[in-house]
Order: sequence, then structure tokens, then C-alpha cells
Amino acid sequence: MKRRKLDPAEATANFAKGVDDRFQVATPLRALLNKVFPDHWSFLLGEIALFSFIVLLLSGVFLTLFFDPSMKEVAYHGAYPALRGTEMSAAYESSLRLSFEVRGGLFMRQMHHWAALLFMASIVVHMARVFFTGAFRKPREINWVIGVLLFLLGFFAGFTGYSLPDDGLSGTGLRIASAIMLSLPVIGTWLSASIFGGEYPGELIIGRFYIAHVLLIPGILLALISVHLGIVFKQKHTQWPGPLRTNENVVGERMFPRYAMKQGGFFMAVFGVIALMAGLFQINPIWLFGPYRAAEVSSASQPDWYVMFMDGLVRLMPNWQIYFGPYSLPPLFWPAVVGLGALFTLPMLYPWLEARKLNDTRSHHLLERPRDNPERVGIGMMALTFFVVATISGANDVIADKFHISLNAMTWAGRIGLLILPPLAYYFSVRICLGLQQHDREVLAHGVETGIIRRLPNGAFIEVHQPLGPIDDHGHPVPLEYAGWVVPKKMNKLGALAPTVKGFFFPVEKPAEAPVSPAPISTSGTREEISSKS
Amino acid sequence: MTTVHHGETGAPVDVHDPKLTRFDIVKEGLRRDDIEIVTYESQFPGPNSKAEKRIVRNIAFLFIIAGLFSLAFLVFYIVWPWKFELGHTLSDYFTPILGITLGIALFALGIGILAWAKKLLPHELSIQQRHGDPSSDEERLITGQTMMFVADELGVQRRPLLKGAIALGLAPIGLAAAAPLVGGLIENPHKGEEPMMYRTGFDPVANGGKPVRLTRDDGSPIRPEDVSAGGQMTVYPGIPGGATNKYADSPTLLIHLRADDAEKTRTAADNDKNGRNKGSMWGNYVAYSKICTHAGCPASLYEQQTNRLLCPCHQSQFLITDNAQPVFGPATRRLPMLPLSVDDEGFFVATSDFKDTVGPDFWERP
Ligand code: HEM
Ligand code: FES
Repeated sequence: MKRRKLDPAEATANFAKGVDDRFQVATPLRALLNKVFPDHWSFLLGEIALFSFIVLLLSGVFLTLFFDPSMKEVAYHGAYPALRGTEMSAAYESSLRLSFEVRGGLFMRQMHHWAALLFMASIVVHMARVFFTGAFRKPREINWVIGVLLFLLGFFAGFTGYSLPDDGLSGTGLRIASAIMLSLPVIGTWLSASIFGGEYPGELIIGRFYIAHVLLIPGILLALISVHLGIVFKQKHTQWPGPLRTNENVVGERMFPRYAMKQGGFFMAVFGVIALMAGLFQINPIWLFGPYRAAEVSSASQPDWYVMFMDGLVRLMPNWQIYFGPYSLPPLFWPAVVGLGALFTLPMLYPWLEARKLNDTRSHHLLERPRDNPERVGIGMMALTFFVVATISGANDVIADKFHISLNAMTWAGRIGLLILPPLAYYFSVRICLGLQQHDREVLAHGVETGIIRRLPNGAFIEVHQPLGPIDDHGHPVPLEYAGWVVPKKMNKLGALAPTVKGFFFPVEKPAEAPVSPAPISTSGTREEISSKS
Repeated sequence: MTTVHHGETGAPVDVHDPKLTRFDIVKEGLRRDDIEIVTYESQFPGPNSKAEKRIVRNIAFLFIIAGLFSLAFLVFYIVWPWKFELGHTLSDYFTPILGITLGIALFALGIGILAWAKKLLPHELSIQQRHGDPSSDEERLITGQTMMFVADELGVQRRPLLKGAIALGLAPIGLAAAAPLVGGLIENPHKGEEPMMYRTGFDPVANGGKPVRLTRDDGSPIRPEDVSAGGQMTVYPGIPGGATNKYADSPTLLIHLRADDAEKTRTAADNDKNGRNKGSMWGNYVAYSKICTHAGCPASLYEQQTNRLLCPCHQSQFLITDNAQPVFGPATRRLPMLPLSVDDEGFFVATSDFKDTVGPDFWERP
């Protein structure tokens, strides 16, 4: 019998048919391939968080293969001579083994830590983007809340992870965590005793933090991230206003191939940057801190940056103790418990607060330029300023030391700054937004400044403006309506001059002959091309 | 906003028509998904343009770089002497080499893919309708009624006995499930093994009733002449394991004050409002708990000129000559003083445990 030659095309088709017979995927798959995504650089910030989370999972699993979450005391006999013979916990010993006696172990530890820092940083920047552009508005409030929860979980993931190696710094962090629990009224001592399994530090905490750090928290994070992305997918991404763009459509490019490729390429680039940092920049050199000893602390013991704001708030809190008969409420309670609580619940409620204030029940799929909502920008800047002052105060001893300022002065500057700077930030950002708004309106009304000065017969000088729209019978521009998007303010944006040459000192490329992005179909005669470069 | 209508994107086509190109079929799919391709144009003037070739070359170059550096990573990973050795050795460079090779490999790969997407693929502008409308009132009504019907079917409303039985009979099930999860964790902070909340290793009870010696972290006892005037030393309870984290509340700072400071300190201690510090000094020696009353860090930075003890964690400062009262920072409570004496053999002992509670403050502190 003659063997039939296998036709690859036919085999693939048959395979695809078989899959569709069983799972009916042809139509949904096509819809997925065709899905349109809007594009803008600021939409990539969340992606960085996602990619660093993947790196965290990968590197973290490697670490678990060597890490021993035990507080059993052992004597060190490993490769690092300075600590030989020292009594330490098995957790610290195994972290040292990871750093010195596992091939590439230090690289992996540093990769894990850098990825954690990047994870938190990108979440913060991503949140700022979402906030200032109003992307959290209906129907996306739930995703905003999930985002805040992701930051909170990341905070605890980072804190539990930082505690695991059981070195001098992590012990100090744990000690403060225990004191924060103790500061809770009524249940404080019970809570601390229950979490530490008796009096601080006990022998259980590393094991408990370990399971929280490698299973519980990453599990919840993974679930929330999936829901977060699922909702983005279902609700479709927001887009900036612009030509053709409405509240009812999505203007962009199809997911495959171009958009997906950009994502993949960006992931590799982020991964590469994390790898470079992990190799070149030392982080958390635990062998220098020694094992945790209750009696020892190195000065300038700083937590990771995303915990520093709390440390700062704790430092700035005046020593106000409240007594209720025989009971007392330590001042630690206010910054650490109430402060942290408020810092997470207020942002969560913000979408509803704003909608209520503006009496706004519509769904918004078009983003708002920050300047178009000055109040929101003001509130956001106020919160950011608060966060920054608190974070800087978390390092006030280092700053005092480096710049030879008195520590007490730093503390007082922080206390005053925390109260004064946020309202100032509010005021100035609102003013700046209003100014920008006004300038936009001016250009729309009078046209673009041409830089051409003309002398009138009466001797006065005026600058000639190029109207953006039609002119009336007297030659005056007909004022245009603001469309919520960039107003061209230079002649070369109108194609009247060559496009600006790219490059700082030298031109990067020859000035193009044609306008950079060919105008999409013009929508209405009155509107000028609005170029959004991506 | 723009009101131009884009929903109309042409009539359906027969996808079996042999005259159709593949792109025509793709467009039919897009039409069915309510997507319109507005522009779709190559970035190059024609096929095989010079610009295109140049970009293809660059991308290929990036991919080759990625491959070469991956290989380099592997080679270094295998052959480089990586075991830690003291001093300046080749092993110091192992981690940086891994980072540079892997970093460049991944970064080049990423940029290559990005360039491919951005510079080679045609530019397109597509518009998809959102269809974000909520379900119609009719649909909502039907679903709502279906849910109510499910409740009807269960008939809880009609059967009050079941309602009561659910509330009374089944509610504890939830608690029963939660109890073992939570219950096992709960510890009573006021009971349990030594050392407890309000006691440290200096409590004579744990030492068979004998006063506990002050020792160094190696367990050796201390004579007064071991600490010179103006000097200080961290001391631990002289009991088994006294210097370990098991007695995390016990580390204490023993200070040998100069005569004039000692005088000030003694006056302050003897005039202590609640009398707890009275007579706790021994000669010119005073001992304070090292555990900060703020959040429990060791308050270990002793400033001789000002006689202040500074806690490095949140910069609380305690005045040694005044019962270690807090004078700056977030701490509210003084550092507890350890009553000192010297035993028959001439070693320091604590005549009793600390009389104030050691460590961070809490609600029911005695
Ligand atoms: C999801 C899977 C994860 C696993 C399996 C994992 C596992 C581990 C392990 C075993 C350690 C101890 C390593 C050492 O000895 O230094 C560790 C440390 C750490 N982890 Fe994770 N982790 C995961 C996710 C995360 C996340 C999401 C974060 C932060 C947002 C994080 C932050 C940290 C930090 C800051 C350390 C301290 C690292 C150091 O001391 O250098 N981890 N992790
Ligand atoms: S722990 Fe000492 S000041 Fe906070």
C-alpha cells in the first residue's frame, strides 16, 4: 500500500477542527485575536508591575528550594569566615548558604529583592496614572479598589519577606511590628502573643511568616491580579480623547500581532533590567548585619522604601499618650494602626466620593487630562506630598548625619512639613492646572503664536496668531470648543513648519518630509489635526 | 464629541468566494467583531526597500546579541570560580557577570521584539465598538425573577420552621469551622511559661529565688572595676540562655557615671515620684533596660556629653541623669531601672527584677 504523504497544512487544519469540535473555540479565539487595544506609554506602567510579579514568582520559588524557615539555633560553619562559630537561627544560616554556597544563589536573592522594589514602585506610579487621569471612574471603581488592595498585599508580602532571613535588620522590623500590635487597645497583647505564639520573639514567627510569604499572600495576589486583568479585558481599556475617539469605541490596534509583541518585548526588557540590577547592585547584604540579637541594632536601619513612610510617620508622631483610668493608649497606635488604615481606606472610597460630589453617574471610557480636573490633581498631589514627606522622615537620621543637620531639627521640619506642605501642594497644583486650562482656551480662541511680530500703522507691535479654525468675516478666528485633548501650540505641530528635530545636541534623524503621523480621516472640517504620538 | 457614524462597515461577504484574499477574510472577521480598520499601511515605500532591509538587519543583530550573551551567561555560570573566598578574588565578579550577561541578553531580546513590532509591522488604526451598555431592562427583569423563583422553589419564606432552624441550628457550623483555625493560634499573654510579659530574666524567681547576676553575652559575671568611669556595657541576666533571644526583653545597659552625674542621677532616683527607682543605683553605677519603651528597639547610642541615650529606630532620647525620662521623640515612658547590688564574690547582681514594665507600651500595662 502506498503511504500517504503527511500534508502539514492539512494536519494542522484537522487538528484545529478537532479542537473546535470539542471546545467550540473558533469564534471566541477570533474575537480575542481581533480585540482592539488603545495605546499610550502611560498604559505600560501597570505592565511593569505584572512583569516584576512574574519575576518574583520565578526567583522566589528558587529561593524556597534552599531556604529553611526555622528558628532553631545552630552554630555557623559556612563559607563566610567572619561569622564562623556564631550562634544563629537556621533561617539566617540558610540565607547565608544561599548567598555564598549556592551557585547563583546570591544573584537570585538580589533579583528577588530588586523585583520586589520594582513591583511596589510600579504599582505606585501606575496608581498615580490611574488617579490623575480619572481612569478609576465608573465603571472601573472595583478595579481601583483591587489595585489599592494589591498595594496593601505587596506591602505585607515585602514585609514578611524582609523578615525571613532573620538577620539583624529583619529582627528589628519584627520587633517594631510586635510593638505596633501591642499598641492596639484591649486586644494588643493578645494579638501579639497569638501571632508570635507567646512572648516576642518566640520560635514560631519565621515559620508562620514563611507560609504567609510564599503561599498565602502570593496566592491572594495572583487571584487578585487575575481578576484585575480580567476586568480590564471585559471592560476594555480606557483611551485618551482624540480624533475618532468616543466614549463608545476603542481606537487602537488589534491585540495580535503588534500589541502582543510589544508586550512580550517589554517584558523581556523589564526582566533584563531586573537581571542587570540584581547583578550589579548589592541589596540587603545580610551577612554584614549579623544574626538578629535583641540587644543589637545598627544605626541607620532602614526598611525597604515602601515601608519607610510608616517608619517616618512613627518618628514624627509626638509622644502623646492617652490614659483611660488604669489603661493607656500608646502614641504608636495613631501613625501605625490608624494612619495605615486611613491611608488605605480613604483612597479606596475616593471614586465614590468624587462621583457623589460631582453628581456623576455616567460611565467614563475617555480619560481626563489632569488639568481638566484641578481639584482631583490637588487632592492627589496632597496625598503624594504627604507620602513623600513621611518617606523622607523615615530616613531623617541618615539625612541628618549626611548633611550635619541636628536630628531634632529634622524631626521638627518633618512634623511641620507634614502639616503645611500638602495644602500648599494642593493650592499650587490647582493653580497650575487652571493656568494650563486657560492657555489651552486662549490658543483655541486666538490661534497659535507664530513668533511673527507686526507693526501696526499706529506704531503698536502685535504678534500674529495663526487661527486653528475658520475665521469670520472680520478676519477674527471663530473660537473652537475644547475637545479634552492636546491643543497644538506650535506652528510645526500644524504642519506649517517642519516638525521639531528630535535629539538634544544633534538631530537623531533627518527631519521627515511629511508630517510625522499621517492624519487619520479628518472627522469634521472645523477640527484641526490633533497628533498624538505613541 | 465626534458623531460620525462608523458602525456601518460594509455588507457581509461570502468567505468561500475564491476571489477573496486572506486580508478580505480577516476583514470579514473584523466586521463580525464590530471592528473597522481605518488605516492599515506598510511603513515602507515598497517591498524590499532599503529602510526595511536596514531595520531587519538591526533586529537580526539584536537577536544574535541576545543569543551570544545567553551563551556567555551559561559559560560563565559553569566555569567561573564562584565559591566565596575571603579577600579580593575572582569570585567577587561572579554575580555581576551573571547580571550583565543575562541582563544584556534579555534586554537585547526585548528591544529586538519591540523594534520588530514597532518598525516592521504595518501601522494600523482600528476602531472597535465598546458595547458597554448594561443589559436591557427586560433581561434584568427576567434574571431577577429567575432568582426570586429559585428562592420560591426552596420555599424558605413559606416554611418558618426551616427559617428558624437555619438561623439557630446551622449558624454554629460556621463558627465550628472557624474555631480550630483561629483557636489554636490564641495565646493568653498573661499566662504561660517563663518569661512572661511583665518579667525579664533578672527575676530571681526563675533563678531559684537567688538574685541574678549581670553577665556579658558569653555568660561571664562583671565586677565594678570592669567598667571604667564614663563607660558602659550591655549586660544580660546570668542564667542559662540569658543572652539569647529567649530573653529578648532582658538586655540592659550598665553605666558607670562620673561622680557629678552620679550625684544628679541618685538625687533624681531617690526623689522618684512613685519611689520605684529609690536606692536602685550602686555607687556610681546605674543600669537601665536597653529595650526602648517606644517600639522595643535597643536604645543603644549613649551620648556622654549630654548624658542622653538615643534609640536609633525613631530617635527617642532618654535623659540618664533623670530616671531615663524621655526628652525627645515619640517615646512616652522612661526606661526601667534595674536595682543593682554586688554579691559576696564582688560581682554585680540585680536585687530584683525591673520595677517598671520593660519594652513597648500596651493597653493594660500595670
Ligand atoms: C510568590 C512567590 C514568592 C516566593 C515563593 C517567595 C519566596 C521567598 C523566600 C524563600 C525568601 C527568603 C530568601 C532569602 O533567604 O533571602 C524571600 C525573601 C523575600 N521576598 Fe519573597 N517570595 C515570593 C513573592 C514575593 C513578593 C510578591 C514579594 C514582594 C512584594 C517578595 C519580597 C521578598 C523580600 C523583600 C525578601 C527578602 C529578600 C532578601 O533578604 O534578600 N517576595 N522570598
Ligand atoms: S523604638 Fe526606640 S524610638 Fe522607637
